[in-house]
Amino acid sequence: MSSTPTSTLPPKNRNLEQLQLLLPILVPVMLISLVPLIRGIYIGFTNYELGGQIEFSGLENYRIMLHDRFFWRSMGVGFLWTTIVTALQIGLGMILALLLNQGLRFTSVYTVLMLVPWAMPPIVRGLIWRQIYSPDTGALNLILIQWGMIQAPINWLTSFEWAIPAIIVAGVWGEIPKAALFFLAGLKTIPESLYEAAELDGANGFRKFRHITLPLMKPIMAAVVSLSFMWNFNAFGLVWILTQGGPGGLTRLPMLAAYEEAFRYGYVGYAAAIGNVMVLIISLFLFFYLRVQLRERLED
Amino acid sequence: MTSIPSGKFLKKWLLTSGMHLIILAYLVYLLFPLLWMISTSFKTTPEIYSGIPSFIPRIFTGEHYLTVLQEDRLLKSILNSLYVGCITSVIVVLISLPAAYALTRYKTSINKAVMGWILTSQIFPAILIMIPLYLILRSLHLTDSLAGLVLVYVVWDIPFVLWMLQGYIKEIPVELEEAAAIDGANQGQIIYKIIMPLLLPAIGASVMFAFITSWNEFFFALVLLKSPDLSTLPVELARFTGIEGAARTGPLAAASFMATIPSIILFAVLRKWFTKGTLQGAVKG
Repeated sequence: MSSTPTSTLPPKNRNLEQLQLLLPILVPVMLISLVPLIRGIYIGFTNYELGGQIEFSGLENYRIMLHDRFFWRSMGVGFLWTTIVTALQIGLGMILALLLNQGLRFTSVYTVLMLVPWAMPPIVRGLIWRQIYSPDTGALNLILIQWGMIQAPINWLTSFEWAIPAIIVAGVWGEIPKAALFFLAGLKTIPESLYEAAELDGANGFRKFRHITLPLMKPIMAAVVSLSFMWNFNAFGLVWILTQGGPGGLTRLPMLAAYEEAFRYGYVGYAAAIGNVMVLIISLFLFFYLRVQLRERLED
Repeated sequence: MTSIPSGKFLKKWLLTSGMHLIILAYLVYLLFPLLWMISTSFKTTPEIYSGIPSFIPRIFTGEHYLTVLQEDRLLKSILNSLYVGCITSVIVVLISLPAAYALTRYKTSINKAVMGWILTSQIFPAILIMIPLYLILRSLHLTDSLAGLVLVYVVWDIPFVLWMLQGYIKEIPVELEEAAAIDGANQGQIIYKIIMPLLLPAIGASVMFAFITSWNEFFFALVLLKSPDLSTLPVELARFTGIEGAARTGPLAAASFMATIPSIILFAVLRKWFTKGTLQGAVKG
């Protein structure tokens, strides 16, 4: 680290210099991120069990997966959860962002307050909602009983009827702020003059939204949709705290399934195989995202 | 459209009030859980179990906060989280600074590889990295140790911190460094003595971000740490709700609120950064 940065050095030297500066991050990234990742992908093709030998088993894990009822159920609930949470957070986040972009009074206060759920550690989000749903002391039961809407307390998180809606309400709650914030930032980049011109042409509020806001927000929408899809599909902490995957595996999202396979039953190879399938699914969505993005860029 | 001015005024007034009402409905949904938690943390245990919903406690009590602070394991876990958060954020900034500098000032083919890696590493679910990482750390005797957890968090935070610092280094004129080089400063001196002081706002934000990420993180801590003595706060909070959890609603609410305070401070400090400029620029870019 003794030489100075000047643009007159030959390229080879500059590469070496840069590498020296990058070394402090490259070594830990290799060790903690790159190597484990490559090994993790490989373990998905082995029959490795905790404490046993690692033996290559080809596509065996994936053959088992095809007939694994629990795997399909967890993928099913994973899709249900990801689709509904993503759709609701995008829809509700967009409406909130539009409202916060109207130049109403108190907008800056509203914006700060809306961020509160995001400021909480994921574990606390889970604990809070667990308390709200609690059968004996939870706010939800107490209020519904007081208002006469239910007669007896409902055990929301262990009921087959209510467990999925319950985790979705809690999940959407934590994700709205992020979506609204991104949309709000995007709305601020749309020039006011476009709306003024449309008003001169006699366009009403809905038409302005349909023909100006929506098309210009499309790239940001695509980005938020893909990122949310990734985050929601990989979700773990919140649902783990709320239900641990219950009742009867009803809310066992893919990450919870993989976690249980690896750390409860010791089927590490199989857990990694589930991880590989998840990467495959997420990659397909990323492909979708990049394609939309590229198409927008080409049109510009 | 009506032609009477008062009708138009009324319509606008109704529309504005309607929008305020919808925003307030959102805020009830978004804020209720936190407010309920704070309210619970100040209620007496009999009131929590009284079965009567009330927002303002009939008797305010600080007993649950005292319980939390007297609970050895919970207190220990707060200290562990503080320790891990502080060390992680200092290390991540110190090693990311030269790297961010190199990525900004040297335009070589290495940049693309590093940036490409930063982006693609985001798609992989933690479970895929977790198992081999556990094996690697075990062979280094770093499982069930706070040092191992710090190492993991440092790597976890590098992408964001790099991105953040790089954006700010771009704004610093190169002439400043050239002048220092002529005066005989070496590269280390340039980075830590000239660049670093100019980057204080970005470094502050990075330190806070890295601290909060490790303060909040649950999954890696859950898997990597086995001894109760080493638990971080999120793991201890999860354990707190175990079998006897139901009887400890009050202390749990108090501990949860305490765990939220650092993030709320961060958001208050970074509020301007969130609502203005930077994010807009990022979205636009």
